[in-house]
Amino acid sequence: MDWLLNADSIAEKLGVMVVAILLFVVVMGLILFLVDRPRNIPNWVVAVAFSGPAILLIGFGLLYPGLKTIRDSFYNRTSDVFVGLDNYATAFTRDEFQIVLRNTAIWVILVPIAATLLGLIYAIVVDRSRFEKVAKTLIFLPMAISMVGASIIWKFMYEYKPASRPQIGFLNQILVWIGLEPQKFLLDAPMNTFWLIVVMIWIQAGFAMTILAAAIRAIPEDIVEAARLDGVSGVRMFRYITVPSIRPALVVVLTTIAIGTLKVFDIVRTMTGGRFETSVVANEFYTQALRQGDNGLGAALAVILFVLVVPIIVYNVRQLRKSEEIR
Amino acid sequence: MTRTTRLNRRRRLAAVTAGTAGLALLVGACGSSGSDDGDGGGNTAGDVTADLDCAAYEDYGDLDGKTVTVYTSIVDTELEQQIESYRPFEECTGATVEAEGSKEFEAQLPVRIQSGNVPDIAYVPQPGFLKSLVADYPDAVKPVGDLASEYVDANFTEAWRDYGTVDGTLYGTPLGANVKSFVWYSPSAFADAGYEVPETYEDLVALSDQIVADNEGDPDIKPWCAGIGSGDATGWPATDWLEDVLLRTAGPDVYDQWVNHDIPFNDPQVAEALGTVGEILKNPDYVNGGLGDVSSIATTEFTEGGYPIVDQLCYMHRQASFYQANWTTLDPDLSVAEDGDVFAFYFPAPEAEEQKPVLGGGEFVVPFADRPEVQAFQAYLTSPEWSNAKATATPQGWISANKGLDKSLLQSPIDQLSVDLLTDDSYVFRFDGSDQMPGAVGAGSFWSEMTEWIASDKSDEDVLDAIEASWPAS
Repeated sequence: MDWLLNADSIAEKLGVMVVAILLFVVVMGLILFLVDRPRNIPNWVVAVAFSGPAILLIGFGLLYPGLKTIRDSFYNRTSDVFVGLDNYATAFTRDEFQIVLRNTAIWVILVPIAATLLGLIYAIVVDRSRFEKVAKTLIFLPMAISMVGASIIWKFMYEYKPASRPQIGFLNQILVWIGLEPQKFLLDAPMNTFWLIVVMIWIQAGFAMTILAAAIRAIPEDIVEAARLDGVSGVRMFRYITVPSIRPALVVVLTTIAIGTLKVFDIVRTMTGGRFETSVVANEFYTQALRQGDNGLGAALAVILFVLVVPIIVYNVRQLRKSEEIR
Repeated sequence: MTRTTRLNRRRRLAAVTAGTAGLALLVGACGSSGSDDGDGGGNTAGDVTADLDCAAYEDYGDLDGKTVTVYTSIVDTELEQQIESYRPFEECTGATVEAEGSKEFEAQLPVRIQSGNVPDIAYVPQPGFLKSLVADYPDAVKPVGDLASEYVDANFTEAWRDYGTVDGTLYGTPLGANVKSFVWYSPSAFADAGYEVPETYEDLVALSDQIVADNEGDPDIKPWCAGIGSGDATGWPATDWLEDVLLRTAGPDVYDQWVNHDIPFNDPQVAEALGTVGEILKNPDYVNGGLGDVSSIATTEFTEGGYPIVDQLCYMHRQASFYQANWTTLDPDLSVAEDGDVFAFYFPAPEAEEQKPVLGGGEFVVPFADRPEVQAFQAYLTSPEWSNAKATATPQGWISANKGLDKSLLQSPIDQLSVDLLTDDSYVFRFDGSDQMPGAVGAGSFWSEMTEWIASDKSDEDVLDAIEASWPAS
């Protein structure tokens, strides 16, 4: 059975795959069979059978690392000497970390609002138009590209060459065509943070559009009809009928994008490496914990990130409950 | 019926278009990111096992069926050349060497140690990183075996042994080396303009002024070009500049004190050196030929920093010996030779300086196991046999400080020149300072502050004060 553990050839690897699939089928089949067969087993057995594996995995893969991270954030760089709140003091008082926190705030305020707004307007504009399919596909495309891929594309968009040299960056070429000086988009702080944010909006607007377009479609026809009979149209229709009707979807989109934005790392790391005052908490956490080997400070930054995400999740869950009550 | 069919087809078409476009973008992105690894140009590698004589390998014993795992930051073609150079060892002893490379080496090695998935041997490119590994994971890092230790004494200078020593114990043995005190230029452009390779630092500055005067009509042409962009390591080429100049203005002894923090990072002598660097790198008349103004140095990738030399938009670019691979990446037909398209001269010392300092770097072999086959393999890596096998397997871009290295096996003129500088007694070698400093400085604030120094014109004083403040207390 040695080949099972050290698969080298393609045949062996395929063999391992078949074994894995068989195992999966057997285990799932067993669970389904056990759950299905007897009618009179106690409820708690069913509950454990279904939620047990999930709870185990969450405990092992989420809860334990989470608790360990919180513990590490109160310890020194090698996690063996208790230092109290020192790491947090560093994270909140050193100049460079204040810029990091400021940038994270800018990201988390701008990206969800801009992406949702763009997605919403786009969804309404293309809704039931002739080009709906193509238009929706176009704006949804960036979602299919990985963050790193998108960052590399945009790095080329922003590429700078001096005015007298041939431009290879698209945006600077446009500036040169209309007679302006080429800009160092990624270098000049604080505007460079906004240019990075554009990339995230570009990726997320498609997501917002898809969800919101579906929500708009789901608005009952009679409500729209009634509003129309009352003489509502255009902007007022949008303000008083569309937006209130899709409010739950809006909340979901805003909070999902906000959580994703808090965790943004790939874009910053790929495009500027966190230099030129563009770093964000997630990037700084990686730099401290993995590049500079400071477990304590890295963990403290991770905990700060966690604390920032919690209120958004709480709000999200409460909104969900509310909408369920209405139903 | 017809209506739905058409609709379906259109929808499918849209989906297919979307999918293909996305895929194309992804493939394009991958292709461009992987392309900066040159394959070493036109020279060809020799056969490392030709005329193999196993007599020199008898000390290692019979290691049949044993395996040694290696983890390194070396990837792609260079890793293949590494693996090729292990073949004599494998054939003579029967052992197998499994090497694995990762660009995330520095981040991943501590993770692997913590999780118990430790390689037998790691190639650590920074003595400072070695120090922190020994301090953070004293049980994981093993002292070097006796045979390898003997070989180090026999084949390397005392200084190289010291770089791998932490608190009196040898933990790392030297592997490859590189020379950083080089200024790249175009011999043909110099000949056309009637410029001579400068012999002293004063000549270098005079030449820069002359190039400025000769090209007054064309604001694009500057004497120097530079780039310090390197992902999350952005800034390191600027730290090399400061180290190289400090060695010249203050001398090797002050340099050592500075590296070991016996004098503060913001010592007046360091401030003077940084000022001297600024007279070149932050002088709008001198930089940044073909690439923009001073701040464009910060966003230009270091791999592309010297390219304007080929277009004669700049004349000089200070960068290490390993930059030769970038020329062949730019254009495989470029000849890197003293009478060719591009070559490098020694970054000259001031006339008053008696010793000629050479700044360089290298990797160290660090063992995480003390099994006989691991110790034997480490000894092999410190032997002249390995150095010569590696030289044979590498067409260009590799040298070692091993005294037993046969210079005639090196095929590239710049590699030969590098070995000359490393072995010539009139030159004083010093290891890259940022690589020896604690990670928080050497791979942190030193990089980022030098980037700020250029990108947002932060003052010399503020930069040095900020780095001094970030030096770890313990």
